Amino acid sequence: MIKSDRTFFLRPQDMIGIAILAFLLIVILPLSLDNFRLQFVGKYLTYAFVALGLVLCWGYAGILSLGQGVFFGLGGYCMAMFLKLESSSVEATKIQTTPGIPDFMDWNQITELPYMWQPFNSLTLTIIAVILVPALFAFIVGFAMFKRRVGGVYFAIITQALAAIMTILIIGQQGYTGGINGITDLRTLNGWDIRSDSAKTILYFVCVALLLACILIAYFVKSSKLGRILVAMRDKEDRVRFSGYDVANFKVFVFCLAASLSAIGGAMFTLQVGFMSPSFVGIVPSIEMVIYAAVGGRLSILGAIYGTLLVNWAKTSFSESFPELWLFGLGGLFIAVVLIFPNGIAGLWQTYIAPRLGPLFGGAATRRASPPATPPAPPSPSAAAPAAAE
Amino acid sequence: MNSAVIADTMNKDFVLAVEGLTVSFDGFKAVNDLSFYVDENEIRVIIGPNGAGKTTVLDLICGRTKATTGSIRFKERELTKMKEHEIVRAGVGRKFQNPSIYEDLTVFENLEISYPKGRSVPGALTFRRDRAVKERVQEIAETIFLADQLDQRAEYLSHGQKQWLEIGMLLIQDPELLMLDEPVAGMSVSERKKTAELLNTIIKNRSVIVIEHDMKFVEDIAHKVTVLHQGKILSEGSMAKVQADPKVIEVYLGH
Repeated sequence: MIKSDRTFFLRPQDMIGIAILAFLLIVILPLSLDNFRLQFVGKYLTYAFVALGLVLCWGYAGILSLGQGVFFGLGGYCMAMFLKLESSSVEATKIQTTPGIPDFMDWNQITELPYMWQPFNSLTLTIIAVILVPALFAFIVGFAMFKRRVGGVYFAIITQALAAIMTILIIGQQGYTGGINGITDLRTLNGWDIRSDSAKTILYFVCVALLLACILIAYFVKSSKLGRILVAMRDKEDRVRFSGYDVANFKVFVFCLAASLSAIGGAMFTLQVGFMSPSFVGIVPSIEMVIYAAVGGRLSILGAIYGTLLVNWAKTSFSESFPELWLFGLGGLFIAVVLIFPNGIAGLWQTYIAPRLGPLFGGAATRRASPPATPPAPPSPSAAAPAAAE
Repeated sequence: MNSAVIADTMNKDFVLAVEGLTVSFDGFKAVNDLSFYVDENEIRVIIGPNGAGKTTVLDLICGRTKATTGSIRFKERELTKMKEHEIVRAGVGRKFQNPSIYEDLTVFENLEISYPKGRSVPGALTFRRDRAVKERVQEIAETIFLADQLDQRAEYLSHGQKQWLEIGMLLIQDPELLMLDEPVAGMSVSERKKTAELLNTIIKNRSVIVIEHDMKFVEDIAHKVTVLHQGKILSEGSMAKVQADPKVIEVYLGH
């Protein structure tokens, strides 16, 4: 009677998809790329956390946020504050007027560590802050907006304004935030030098592990009833409300979750790249992050990861050879996605490729078409290769 | 006549008591000093010309529109001060005029979302699709003629089936008061017949308010008819009485 009867939150095709992605990130890329290029991938993957959050928030729940850079930045700044304090020991900063505080504070005539910075002496508190500060901020914004039933384009514009405000605030409060330069010259994490090649490789794998964990969280949310309520809300918000749900609470939840995911990405960005600046917070990076999710497919958790990797890879290659053309390329890409393939790469995959690969990859067509035998084996001996190439 | 009605209300427990209800939009009174009472297990049909305020009355009861003055009491609870989802949880179900279902979800998932459990954020995260849920969904699906379509995406249903699905989504909540806004609009003759049959099976143990234009259908199902005109009650009573009322003929049936 009911086929859609799942007890575990991952379907077989989800598990295969996650396994292929994990294989690609843990084995194929580290083996085929040199250290320099692998660090680039590590940096791209930090944006994938944001794209993942956008899939839940924008793709599933239909809440377009053009200010995810704010949360990426908050996570990144929390981590940067900890690292900065560690590299601003009294011995390292003894030439300053006030030794023991970050250099940019000294330049701005600040003579003691501001209260806001105090908690970031502790790594534990920092990790908690990375996750909770953006979630709390998202909660305040989301609660204020969604309880008043602000949504759609108005919400998008307000989040964009937040991104602008946040940039201005960071730049303006130079003594507390490092201003336009950001927080730079980060060296060690609890005494461990994060600038060495080996540290960067380890951080790459930490980033991959965290991303895979976040992907599992996203799948869990997606497959729970909450995930279906998000989809239902996107379609018929009033129907959900008149089915006894307080719609705003669900929107606040998914917005906070997306914020926390973005912040984890931001913190990993700081660790891998070694600095944080307002240029990752503002409107332009926030919109770029939306494009990653759109290109990958805003309805696909894994698609958004591939989209992030591809767009960033294209960005790096293009800006190496034609730096001034890249923005046009990005704009063109976005238009192409909207006009030609609205569900992004994942949509193309599901329409054209998955049906040929059989039911394990989510191809429903073959399930009906070939009754007795398994679908014809691909000519290539390794079935995973074409999938991984995607 | 009004005093007789009020005297009548004193010694009876109504499921729904609407009294002195007024809502004005920028001075325009869409509903004007409206009072009516719905009994237990009663099917009440509201008719009236376009713009009479029929849908607005349902909007007011379910909390979508806030009343300017007046009271709506449902089982001794004042609805005008409650939020929409609280009104639903109190036992009022509302079907919209256009089929309002979740096109991207399957029929099963549509019904499951309306199942009255796990309605908070943590509740929805930990909600399990257990046997009770499946059996209830199956039971409702059989009632609304969709038992063999449970895995179908709702967008592929016909117009009539979508209307039934939405009725099913209300049934699974088991509301004590069910409000239907034009449930047979746009249906074929055979679908209409089946819908009348469906309504007759689902009205057991609950009160129903129906807005409908189709007079044949109204005659088939109504216990009592309320005729609205310009936000006020023009006539109320049995179908035969209402049809014979010269005021009604004047503004509505005569056209």
